[in-house]
Amino acid sequence: MKPYLAIIMTAILTENFVLSKFLGICPFLGVSKKLNTALGMSVAVTFVMAMATAVTYPINARLLEPNGLGYLQMIVFILVIAALVQLVETVLKKYVPSLYSALGIYLPLITTNCAVLGVVLLNVEKAAADTAFGFGASMFNSVGAGLGFMLAMVMFSGVRGKMESSDIPKFMRGLPITLVAAALVSLSFLGFGGIAENIFGN
Amino acid sequence: MNAIFIAAAVVSAIGLLGGLGLAAASKVMAVPTDEKADEIKACLPGASCGVCGYSGCDDYASALSSGGTDDTTLCSPGGRDAAEAIAGVLGVAPADILPKTAVVLCRGNSQNAGDKLRYDGAKSCRMAADVFGGPKKCVQGCIGFGDCARACPNEAIRICEGVARIDPAKCGACRLCVAACPKNLISVVPASGAKAVVLCKSREKGAVTKKQCGAGCTGCGMCVKACGAGAVSIGGFCAEVDFEKCTGCGKCASVCPAGSIFLINKTSNGGIT
Repeated sequence: MKPYLAIIMTAILTENFVLSKFLGICPFLGVSKKLNTALGMSVAVTFVMAMATAVTYPINARLLEPNGLGYLQMIVFILVIAALVQLVETVLKKYVPSLYSALGIYLPLITTNCAVLGVVLLNVEKAAADTAFGFGASMFNSVGAGLGFMLAMVMFSGVRGKMESSDIPKFMRGLPITLVAAALVSLSFLGFGGIAENIFGN
Repeated sequence: MNAIFIAAAVVSAIGLLGGLGLAAASKVMAVPTDEKADEIKACLPGASCGVCGYSGCDDYASALSSGGTDDTTLCSPGGRDAAEAIAGVLGVAPADILPKTAVVLCRGNSQNAGDKLRYDGAKSCRMAADVFGGPKKCVQGCIGFGDCARACPNEAIRICEGVARIDPAKCGACRLCVAACPKNLISVVPASGAKAVVLCKSREKGAVTKKQCGAGCTGCGMCVKACGAGAVSIGGFCAEVDFEKCTGCGKCASVCPAGSIFLINKTSNGGIT
C-alpha cells in the first residue's frame, strides 16, 4: 500500500499536473471562476483520467509494445481517448442521468484535453523506465493526477474569489492578474519538492 | 515501407473499431429526446441566465414542454419575440408580456440618510459593505458606489446623491444588478399599471429608522389603513406591497409621512428622484 500512497502524494503535490507540469492550463484558467464549476470539472477530469489509463495501458502493453509499435502511442491514445469519452457520455446519458447532468457539460471539453493525454503518456513512460510501475501504479498515478488537478482548481477558485473584491489596477484586470496569481500559486507548489519521498521513504 | 503499412493499418483499424462502436452505442443507447423541448429551446436566447427561475434555457424548455409551467413569458432577455415563438410552438395564444423593471429599494441619499463613518477605501459597494456594514448609519441602506451600475448592460443605473437609481424605461430586468448588490436592495417588480413599491428595507424599529434616515419606512401603518385593496402589510417595521392585489390607486403613496412609497411605471420613472 505504501508505494501506492507515495505515488498518489507525488502526483498531487510534487508533480501536480497543473502547477508543476503546466498541463490542463486551459480548464484551469477557464473554469476556475466559481467553486462549483471548478469541482465539477475536476471530478470529470479525474474520472476520464482513470478511464483513459484503464483502457490505454493494456492497449500499450498488449498491442503496441510487443509488436514494436511504441512510436504509435500518441496517435493511438488520442483516438482511443476521444472515442472512449464519447462512449462514456452516451452510456452516462442512458443509464446514469444524474451523473450525466453533473458532468455532462464538462465531458466534451475534456475529450482532447492535454492533461488527460499527458497522464497516459507519462504512465507509459514511467512503466518503461521502471518494471515495478505496473497497471495498479498507473491507475493510482492517474487518480492522483486528477486529485491534484482538483486541488489546484479548488485553491485557485478561492484565489479568484478574493480577487473579485480587490481593487486591481485597470491594466492588470482580467487575465493578466489571473496569470500572475497562477504563477504565485505554482511557485508555492515548488515548496513540496521531495516531500512524498521523505514521508514514505523511497 | 512495410512499417508504414502496419502503422496505417493499426491506426485505421482502431479508428474504425472506435467509430463503429460509437455508432452502435448511439443506436443502442439512444435516449428519446423531447422534440417540443428542442423546438422551444431554439426560441430562447440560450444564455442560460436563470432569470426565468429555472436553472437554464434547457430546464425552462423542458418545463414548458412537459407541462411543468404554462407561463410562456418568463424569459425577459428574449422578450416579446421569445414569448410569441414559444406560444407558437405550444399552440397557445401568446400571452401579454408583463413589463418588469428593477428598483433600488432605498431613498437614503445624502440629504435623507446620515453617515456613521468616513470610508476612504476602494469605491466598491462589496468592499465598503464589509466595513461595519457600510458607511451609512442604516445598515440596509444603499452604499452608492455603483456596483449595480457597473453590472448593468443597458446603462439604466446611475448614482444620484449617493443612491443608485434605475431608469425603468431602459431596464431590461436581467437581474445582473440584483446579484451585484451586497445589500440585496434591488428587486424586480412589475412595471405595468403603476404598482406601488416601498422604497425602504430597514427592519429597525420606527424610532431607530427615523434617526438613521429621513426617508425610511417606520412601519407606522398609515398605508395599510389607506389601502382599499388590502395589498399593503407591515412586517418587521417595514411596509410591503402585494403586487397581485395592488390596483395602483396611489392612496398609500399620498399618505406616507416619510414619502417612502412610489408608483413604478415602465414609461415614466414614477417621480423617483
